Amino acid sequence: MEQQNSLLKDVVIRFSGDSGDGMQLTGTLFSETSALAGNAISTFPDYPAEIRAPQGTVAGVSGFQVHFGSAGITNPGDKCDVLVAMNPAALKANVAFLKQDATIIIDGDSITADNIAKASFATDNPLAELELLDRNIIIARITTMTKEALSDSALDNKAKVKCKNMFALGICLYITDRTTAHAHDYINAKFGRKNPAVAEANNLVIEAGYNYAANNHLSHNAYAVEPAGLPKGKYRTINGNVATAWGFIAASEKSSRPLFCGSYPITPATVILEELAKHKSLGVKTVQAEDEIAGICTAVGAAYAGNFAVTTTSGPGLSLKSEALGLAVMAELPLVVVDVQRGGPSTGLPTKTEQSDLLQALYGRNGECPVPVIAASTPSDCFKYAFEASKIAMEHMTPVVLLTDGFIANSSEAWAIPKMADMPAINPPIAESSEQTFMPYRRDSRHVRSWAFPGVKGLEHRIGGLEKHFATGNISYEPANHALMVATRAAKVAAIVEDIPLQSIMGQATGELLVVGWGGTRGHIESAVSQMQTMGFAVSHCHLNYLNPLPKNVEQIFAGFKRILVCELNEGQAASYLQGLFPQFVFERFNKVEGQPFTVAELLNAFNEKLS
Amino acid sequence: MAEYKYTPESFKSDQQVKWCAGCGDHAVLNAVQRALPEVADALDKPHEKFVFISGIGCSSRFIYYMRTFGFHTIHGRAAAVATGVKVANPDLSVWVCTGDGDSLAIGGNHFIHAIRRNVDLNIILFNNEIYGLTKGQYSPTTKLGTITKTSPYGTVEHPFNPGELAIGAKATFFARTVDAEVILTKELLVEAAKHRGTSVVEALVNCMIFNNKTHASFAADKATRAENTITLRHGEKMLFGANKDKGLVLEGLKLKVVTVGEDGYTIDDILTHDAHTEDTTLHCMLAAMKYPEYPVALGVIRSVETPCYDTEVEAQVKSVKGSSNIQCMDDLLNSGETFTL
Repeated sequence: MEQQNSLLKDVVIRFSGDSGDGMQLTGTLFSETSALAGNAISTFPDYPAEIRAPQGTVAGVSGFQVHFGSAGITNPGDKCDVLVAMNPAALKANVAFLKQDATIIIDGDSITADNIAKASFATDNPLAELELLDRNIIIARITTMTKEALSDSALDNKAKVKCKNMFALGICLYITDRTTAHAHDYINAKFGRKNPAVAEANNLVIEAGYNYAANNHLSHNAYAVEPAGLPKGKYRTINGNVATAWGFIAASEKSSRPLFCGSYPITPATVILEELAKHKSLGVKTVQAEDEIAGICTAVGAAYAGNFAVTTTSGPGLSLKSEALGLAVMAELPLVVVDVQRGGPSTGLPTKTEQSDLLQALYGRNGECPVPVIAASTPSDCFKYAFEASKIAMEHMTPVVLLTDGFIANSSEAWAIPKMADMPAINPPIAESSEQTFMPYRRDSRHVRSWAFPGVKGLEHRIGGLEKHFATGNISYEPANHALMVATRAAKVAAIVEDIPLQSIMGQATGELLVVGWGGTRGHIESAVSQMQTMGFAVSHCHLNYLNPLPKNVEQIFAGFKRILVCELNEGQAASYLQGLFPQFVFERFNKVEGQPFTVAELLNAFNEKLS
Repeated sequence: MAEYKYTPESFKSDQQVKWCAGCGDHAVLNAVQRALPEVADALDKPHEKFVFISGIGCSSRFIYYMRTFGFHTIHGRAAAVATGVKVANPDLSVWVCTGDGDSLAIGGNHFIHAIRRNVDLNIILFNNEIYGLTKGQYSPTTKLGTITKTSPYGTVEHPFNPGELAIGAKATFFARTVDAEVILTKELLVEAAKHRGTSVVEALVNCMIFNNKTHASFAADKATRAENTITLRHGEKMLFGANKDKGLVLEGLKLKVVTVGEDGYTIDDILTHDAHTEDTTLHCMLAAMKYPEYPVALGVIRSVETPCYDTEVEAQVKSVKGSSNIQCMDDLLNSGETFTL
């Protein structure tokens, strides 16, 4: 490897191995080290649905990609500069993600006849078979060297071999000119007290990997990057699921309503429930329900009783929750339903990302059943949009669907820690004790009814899923009343437009091409559009977070461009939704349904095609 | 004990009751409205603490007739909604009104899991062995062979016995009554309300229109009920009959009906009801008794104390609040690994 003289702008490293090889931890520790060194980071774990698929097979490969750099890190990167492959299967699974000049670090001990067969290679030379011989290949006997480093350790052979991921981490820290301090801190905090022998072994192996790289003249800073010019302040790394959970807790604090989460485990949303279950000290109550339906129904009950209630799920779970979501619309109770979208239909691709639940979120219920729909667009803005969804739900007395996706849920990035004092207030319309007969469906000028909790004197009332009389709230089958209530529920959701910000646009307000995206594709689209802008093309980017209602000014934005291209990870759901609302424009489409995020390269191709 | 001086009127809403004339649900509504003044005093709960949650079906219209907080939800889900209400505010007295179709078919899962968790709910299960509101299809409790609109040649599926199902799920409280026994129903509802945990009260109700007299063989009138049902009371001998001369004994692993003074059986041979025993075996056998082989068991069949889910959830929140150094959102945001640029 040649000595690099100047620092790079950005680097992508992909750690890849068997599901049990500890690649997610290795990648996380590397990412955190980069963030601590002042880099902007974006990470993406890519793991199989099976917990431990057969060892050595391509199906069992678990990957973790980290993109770190000095500026403009909006996504985990299309392809990697460095691939760490712990076995031949990892090499095979990742060949498509290698840059032309990539460095490949492979555990030489893993290149055995047995592993070559398990990974279904036709020949006995995986590197040649994959046409990788022209790359920068480092065959390091990682397993052997790990064991050697631990020759004095009391651990058994199996436990020693488990440390080999730390050897790979050590190598990567060296070639990126990072220190090993954060990795040691983590290991000591995690194992130091409980299992000092394991802590010591991991610490030794990190250093062994680092020293191996140094002694073998791997360039100390071949992949070093400059720190990003991030604004000064306090940061942490956060993934989308944790950010979502925290957004809800923040909303609970701002509204002074205790947080209740009724949910059922489902990939890739489960971490939100797990995270909320940890924070009982902040008054969070979680019910792990018997099924998806009970998840939302307990939440509806909790909302009725005056808690701020949420339920978390993914596409199949949203299908199961649709009837109860309709009940929340009819009863006009605040509730946030998070759908961490994954590949569908049916069980689909549980661990892979997609944006194909938009129309389900907008329309997937019986009756005329309007629900506000909001989509988060980066791992850390899940916090903001979870908070916004909560604020809208409580202030407008309506269920809200918050869409995230498997990509932003699992990806992480550095995040400037907000201060609660800077967050807006949340003021739910809570009814007060009354001597007069309480009218549950009496509304304010925004069509919002008040929130009346059981236990408050004088507010006794009955609500439910049957149509209600506009004034009294009693059951009513009157034709005109039903029409009025349908219109009122629609008007209530439409009125939310007054409380959401105007749509922003990246780039000029007029031009040749407007690229429209929504949700978790923001990072990739932003990167591609800004490259086009640098090249001088009249391209702008409009990224939607508020899908229903849409911000007031979107029509005006659309009118400023000759062509509009809607990019989304589905077969054109937002495009058809927008086409229906704004028939005067033509919404062209660029779609992908491969369970993977867009790559910047394929977006650039699509834009170029439209402009040529 | 508090004294709120409520009357049944205090719990009657202004809505017209729209069940068919002769429907058994009227009697249960009457019993509930009579029980609540007593419950309010016993539990020291004012009027506004009572919440009624229902699913879908004739009996689920119940909540509109109560001048309490009420939530008429969706088919089968009342127990789940009620679980959320109770966990959100354990101080409320939460009641579930549900039918055999609502709770044992579409809502079977929520029914058994509410029971398994032992959420402090009072579930009134109106069992008329038929779907009434959809006009006469068989339900999960319809007797085998019954001709209904969806079983024109008779059903070929075996019914659930709600008592066996509830006790099998380790219900901490199960009682049974029949619609006509308003005083007994009221008494059982008060007991159910006092019980901490999930209380299931099965009310055998008649549907005049679609399943008339389904319980008549043992419940038609006072005399029939005296001979063909047994009202169990904790600590008392299991005796029944107009003259209280018939009783239950255990022979091998089966219950047997005997007459005191005949075949050498004396009062000492008759079983004494122990509703409080943890073991479910005998409770299950009692709940499973079917006429005409046995009298149908009424009264509190099982009542045992174990911790409630809602209070355990609350206790955990309290205990973690006391021990954690994360006391507000700013603490959480700044906890763990952070770095300053």
